[in-house]
Amino acid sequence: MFSLSPEEWTAVALSLRVAAVATAVSLPLGIAVAWVLARKSFPGKTLLNAFIYLPLVLPPVVTGYLLLIAFGRRGLFGAWLESVGIVFSFRWTGAALACAVMSFPLMVGAIRLSIEAVDRKLEDAAATLGASRTWTFATVTLPLALPGIIAGAVLAFARALGEFGATITFVSNIPGETQTISAAIYTLTQVPGGDAQALRLVVIAVAISLLALVLSEWFGRRAGARVHGV
Amino acid sequence: MFSVDIDKQLGDFTLSVAFQSDAGVTALFGPSGSGKTSIVGMIAGLIKPDRGRIVIGGEAVFDSAAGINEPAHRRRIGYVFQDGRLFPHLSVARNLDYGRWMTGLPRDEAQFGHVIELLDIVPLLKRRPGALSGGERQRVALGRALLMKPRLMLLDEPLASLDARRKSEILPYLVRLRDDTRLPMIYVSHDAAEVKALASRVVLLDAGRVVSNGGAELL
Repeated sequence: MFSLSPEEWTAVALSLRVAAVATAVSLPLGIAVAWVLARKSFPGKTLLNAFIYLPLVLPPVVTGYLLLIAFGRRGLFGAWLESVGIVFSFRWTGAALACAVMSFPLMVGAIRLSIEAVDRKLEDAAATLGASRTWTFATVTLPLALPGIIAGAVLAFARALGEFGATITFVSNIPGETQTISAAIYTLTQVPGGDAQALRLVVIAVAISLLALVLSEWFGRRAGARVHGV
Repeated sequence: MFSVDIDKQLGDFTLSVAFQSDAGVTALFGPSGSGKTSIVGMIAGLIKPDRGRIVIGGEAVFDSAAGINEPAHRRRIGYVFQDGRLFPHLSVARNLDYGRWMTGLPRDEAQFGHVIELLDIVPLLKRRPGALSGGERQRVALGRALLMKPRLMLLDEPLASLDARRKSEILPYLVRLRDDTRLPMIYVSHDAAEVKALASRVVLLDAGRVVSNGGAELL
């Protein structure tokens, strides 16, 4: 009763790949930015903060269009990136970029909170024990912030799975290349008789999102127990 | 063995102190708000003085005139905080080993065995800090600071967070430590009994200044 067509499988697999790559690639940057926002004060911090949260408040179409202007083949950086072998336009990599940009504020927000919650007195203690800033971050701050980092990554992954507006604007809706679950559902609802197929993909989208949330809850609790554990 | 001569403006509070000492325990004694913890923080390198000079074992770790300000992690000064500050995500054993790991010192099983014996923390090694009592936590914090092989130990009211019974439980360990290691120590306290039991020199502080400086008979 519930079998997916090859096209539907392609859309599901592509969605998972796009969301996973978007999350994995943006995570190190997300941690770095979250740390800077949590621990540093410098001129322009408010501006940086606003810039990072921009995709959350902009219409996704606008973000997608800005990505097109910046990273499209004839965009500001597109030609240069193409010369070093990186192409975003109308590729799944572009979908991943759009997802990463759209989910970045959520990721940074969660990680920033968890870094702010790390007691700076413990970082001082690490310094007196011979740990440089970098080592203090790697051995104290990062492990103590781990529950929040996991939560941020899962949130970003879930957001990336659902991304639609920016992706379709930036890299269009090409089956097998940029047609994620959301785009496939959209396409199916536009054709007569596509309802049943669309519904199957909807069920899958709900299932994946639920699973992601349950996993994040579980990982978060485990990491929390490890960090504050007895 | 060490000398301190520092000025620091902290809001409305002016700290200006100079004292020195050789081996043994030097107590910084004074009411709360007299600047004791700030002084210790500056010796450790966690707070930067506005002006002055801090010399430990012949080496200037801070000298505003010469532009020297060794960062905290290179000073090799053991610091035992009032609140212990054990790393909650590491076992007691990993906490104890942390300083050696970070400073890149080779393993010294003999010293490790000796210190955990001295402080009676052998049965605690596998536990997490969250499962320790206040007194146990402070003993582990002492061991952790000792095991990085410091040139100087700073003890910032290590008993203040403990109740009277626990205090009298830990004090003998501090005496053992003093007699066993012969490390120079700076002991911050506002408890005359503790200071009398431990210190050979006393620096009396009030409102950011040294009031007097001498032997334990000052108290």
